[in-house]
Amino acid sequence: MSDWRMRLAGDAAVTVAFEPRIDPVINARVVALAAGVRAARHPGVRDVVPSYCAVTVYFDPLRTDLDRLWAALEEAAAAGVEAAGPAREVVVGVRYGGAAGPDLDEVAAFAGCSTEDVVRRHTAPRYRVYMVGFLPGFPYLGTVDARIAMPRRSSPRLTVPARSVGIAGAQTGIYPTTAPGGWRLIGLAAVDPFDAGREPPSLFRPGDTVRFEAVSMETGR
Amino acid sequence: MTIRVVEPGLLTTVQDRGRWGHQALGVPVAGAMDEVSHQLANLLVGNQPDCATLEVTLVGPTLEFLAETTFAVVGAEFELWLDAAPTPTNTPRQAGRGSRLRFGRRGGGARAYLALAGGIDVPPVLGSRSTDLASGLGGLGGRPLRGGDQLRVGQGAGPRVSCVPPAAPVTLPEGGATVRVLPGPDADRFDPRAMEVFGQARFTLGPESNRMGYRLRGPSLELVRTDPVLSSATPVGTVQVPPSGQPILLMADRQTTGGYATIATVISADLPVAGQLAPGDWIAFEVCERRTAVAALIALEQALMGRR
Repeated sequence: MSDWRMRLAGDAAVTVAFEPRIDPVINARVVALAAGVRAARHPGVRDVVPSYCAVTVYFDPLRTDLDRLWAALEEAAAAGVEAAGPAREVVVGVRYGGAAGPDLDEVAAFAGCSTEDVVRRHTAPRYRVYMVGFLPGFPYLGTVDARIAMPRRSSPRLTVPARSVGIAGAQTGIYPTTAPGGWRLIGLAAVDPFDAGREPPSLFRPGDTVRFEAVSMETGR
Repeated sequence: MTIRVVEPGLLTTVQDRGRWGHQALGVPVAGAMDEVSHQLANLLVGNQPDCATLEVTLVGPTLEFLAETTFAVVGAEFELWLDAAPTPTNTPRQAGRGSRLRFGRRGGGARAYLALAGGIDVPPVLGSRSTDLASGLGGLGGRPLRGGDQLRVGQGAGPRVSCVPPAAPVTLPEGGATVRVLPGPDADRFDPRAMEVFGQARFTLGPESNRMGYRLRGPSLELVRTDPVLSSATPVGTVQVPPSGQPILLMADRQTTGGYATIATVISADLPVAGQLAPGDWIAFEVCERRTAVAALIALEQALMGRR
């Protein structure tokens, strides 16, 4: 019995959905499937978008043999994950607290610990980039230490500064551009997650490993 | 330089067929809201299909030609003035150096496309000239046009079309439109009555509707499953239903991923009509089958090619 299912999303997209959980093993299958579909260069395919536990394939309905694409996706989804090479690790310096992280105190109060403990718990894990979305280059990272996994704000801020590092429950991420957002802001990153003029434009790719390091203002740019 | 912006209008942006292929990195597709009118405008001036046009929204601009140029306007029914003379839409026209093109009153539709022979030349960003307003990518500095801006045309002129394409194949909505949808993919998250209500009701586009999406007001669509939906890809035309029960129709500038249940998806052939709606207009949804969706798309493409 297969542990995935395929569904059309309108007349120009098909989604292969695995078990709906935030799980590194499931996400590794997603990343591998997306890479495989992209490499296969099926005629008519316009975009391949991996997310937490699904891969969506966009296609041109008039230039795609949907039966063939469907069969190819079924075969690829059923195949196991080939042993991927070691994940790329990206280290991100963060200036925590103060004006750079206006919600750090709130997160500490939520966790019932000091702000230093929040920073320790946020910098301890090796996070997985589960997906990139919401804004160009915005990495959805997991999994946040349960003790500091504060849910997002009930009403989002109208402007979150670019490079803000936030927590939303079990997820943490970095805002690439100034945008509205509801994540709890604990610091400011020393890197730009996205630059359209850079090659590649996105610093993070699904499947990468990310570590945060606390830095002082000077080294943090 | 080919044109200078005298008055920018309400929201005038550079658009093409969209920034495809980078959604995995969170880069939205953007592109023309009514891709058929955009393509037809390009066809009329003999442009290649990947040329950029100006998308004009609700209140049009006034532009001055700095060089002799062939242009065409397709889409929303604007009164057009070339200097003091009324000039028709849906047909290629010649503008002399120093003349001014002014968009006047608007009839049906919300968005018109101005094509210039050669195509609007701004630097492509990740393979597209489309303006993505939310991310500030593409177009002219990622923003709408402003007074004083100058634009040049590129080398996108192909062989001129031998036959004039038929009148705009997009039926322009006057106050509202019915669009066809395919149900799902999350239909199982809804109360069975919600689908019925969805297919019968008229919704109104809220004032905060824009190129990212239309906030719809109407009867509440009840979800039977309220466990969170994990974020996944959001195709254009997706009708998302947040826990409030008030649907959102995702349009050109939508984010690449979203975490709300999807009750239905507008078929590709009806997206151009949806793209011609404005805040305050009504929209209704008619459930159809996949083969109807594909047949409608074939018919639309044939109309665009001037074939039957």
